[in-house]
Amino acid sequence: MIASLVASSALGGRRAARLFERNLLVTRHIWLVVAAGFFEPLFYLLSLGIGIGDLVGQVEVDGRLVDYRAFVAPAMLAASAMNGAVFDTTFNFYYKLRFARTYDAVVSTPLGVDDVALGETLWALARGGVYAAAFLLVMVVMGLIGSAWAVLALPAALLIGFAFAGAGLACTSFLRSWQDLDVLQLAILPMFLFSGTFAPLAAYPAGLRWVVQATPLYHGVELLRSLCTGAVGVSLAGHVLYLTTMGVVGLAVAGRRIGRVLLA
Amino acid sequence: MDGAAPLVHARGLTKRFGKATAVDGIDVDVAPGEAFGFLGPNGAGKSSTMRMIGCTSPPTSGTLRILGLDPAADGPRIRARLGVVPQQDTLDTELTVFENLLVYGRYFDLPRGVIRPRAAELLAFFQLAERAGERVEPLSGGMKRRLTIARALINEPQLLLLDEPTTGLDPQARHALWERLYRLKQQGTTLVLTTHYMDEAEQLCDRLVVMDGGRIAAEGSPGELIRRHVSREVLELRFADGVQDHLDLGVLAGIGDRVEALPDRLLLYADDGDAAAAAVHDRGVRPASLLARRSTLEDVFLSLTGRTLVD
Repeated sequence: MIASLVASSALGGRRAARLFERNLLVTRHIWLVVAAGFFEPLFYLLSLGIGIGDLVGQVEVDGRLVDYRAFVAPAMLAASAMNGAVFDTTFNFYYKLRFARTYDAVVSTPLGVDDVALGETLWALARGGVYAAAFLLVMVVMGLIGSAWAVLALPAALLIGFAFAGAGLACTSFLRSWQDLDVLQLAILPMFLFSGTFAPLAAYPAGLRWVVQATPLYHGVELLRSLCTGAVGVSLAGHVLYLTTMGVVGLAVAGRRIGRVLLA
Repeated sequence: MDGAAPLVHARGLTKRFGKATAVDGIDVDVAPGEAFGFLGPNGAGKSSTMRMIGCTSPPTSGTLRILGLDPAADGPRIRARLGVVPQQDTLDTELTVFENLLVYGRYFDLPRGVIRPRAAELLAFFQLAERAGERVEPLSGGMKRRLTIARALINEPQLLLLDEPTTGLDPQARHALWERLYRLKQQGTTLVLTTHYMDEAEQLCDRLVVMDGGRIAAEGSPGELIRRHVSREVLELRFADGVQDHLDLGVLAGIGDRVEALPDRLLLYADDGDAAAAAVHDRGVRPASLLARRSTLEDVFLSLTGRTLVD
């Protein structure tokens, strides 16, 4: 029983890897677009961190004062992990699911709906992982890493990617038109701006703090900021649990929903 | 499974979408090496049947065995041995012509070393070799269709499913495709196809079923169906505007087997069309034009359902 489960999940992984290969091949045609994904958070860091950072000076994190650039850089890393995963699993995924009907052809082969969901999630993670690694390197070079805990920043960024990839796939499976994608953007942009990304939680009006704390990006930002500044505590477990649950539930919902779309 | 066992075996196969019944309890068997067709108008349930055979749509009820296996339990194993040409091209528009075959072959877990020569062979067979490095989007409709069929053959399937393979193509592209499909059939590939073109069914199918409203209205070879359901020849009578509406059909009684009145013409079923034409003339009926021709599957469909295939 267990042996057959392991065998089938290994087989499932191999099938999902085929979709990963497909995406890799597509990347060769659109490498400029893919490369651009790295520069977006970098530009934010340079303009906000260096430009505004000079005006702001220092910010308090967990009772300690840190440079604003070191404060905002982990948040940019978290936001880029979110944006990468969201873009891959909403806009790109919707195009392939409903418009180009790429997956209709895929499920006519031995690959199934689960392989599609898993393959796209793995792809979003890999792409996000490369961006995160490059961004972390920039942070090291700019001297924005204040703790050895930062070695965990890469897996943490991948966890953020996983959470948003799962949720993204699940949301996209409910979308009926391109206009619905714009609505999704309406949720993403405020989250990017108001999840403790550019200002500490204490700076928000008291009545609104719980809203900030409820957003998934807040947990991603806090997780990475703690690791990069060394303000590590038990609260990290809460962030990890929140993001893990989000990814797992999203993926489960997506698997069912995508099946309804493709295998009617 | 021995050699004579059917590749497709369906009993009471039914597909419902909510309250609508798309396929209403059909029985079908397709033998190895056969070219089998589902002929019927749009909405007859052909595509729903094909998707169930392709293991991408679970039957609502009934028995279905593909290659002797149950799609509910062995979907991936069955699909590994099928080639599927869907009604609408689902080519990967983000890839080139060659890459479409490469990636699709990889979905079947074929090694690249196996796919490359096979892809080159298929592109040559379908006259696409010069376009191998180009993106899919600018290709003509006929080329996309040929590429879709080439893609479906990358895993050397035992059973090739073609859902309306030539709908939307110009006559030249259709004939080119028929010729390729005919050669595949000669090479021993089992073909299952749907069409609403009777000439396509006559060209390609050894055996076919006529579908209407989710049910099978008749079954047999094109020749058998014509012999069984209509006369050998048909005389078409066309009249000047309005004349047909005032014509008393009784005046044609006794000429041939039967008269079918369509909005734009009368069809007179007779074994000898020329003799029937002479008889029509003798009775003083003067149509604007007279055409005696061989009966076709279109006539079979018309006599079974009272409607034309393409409307």
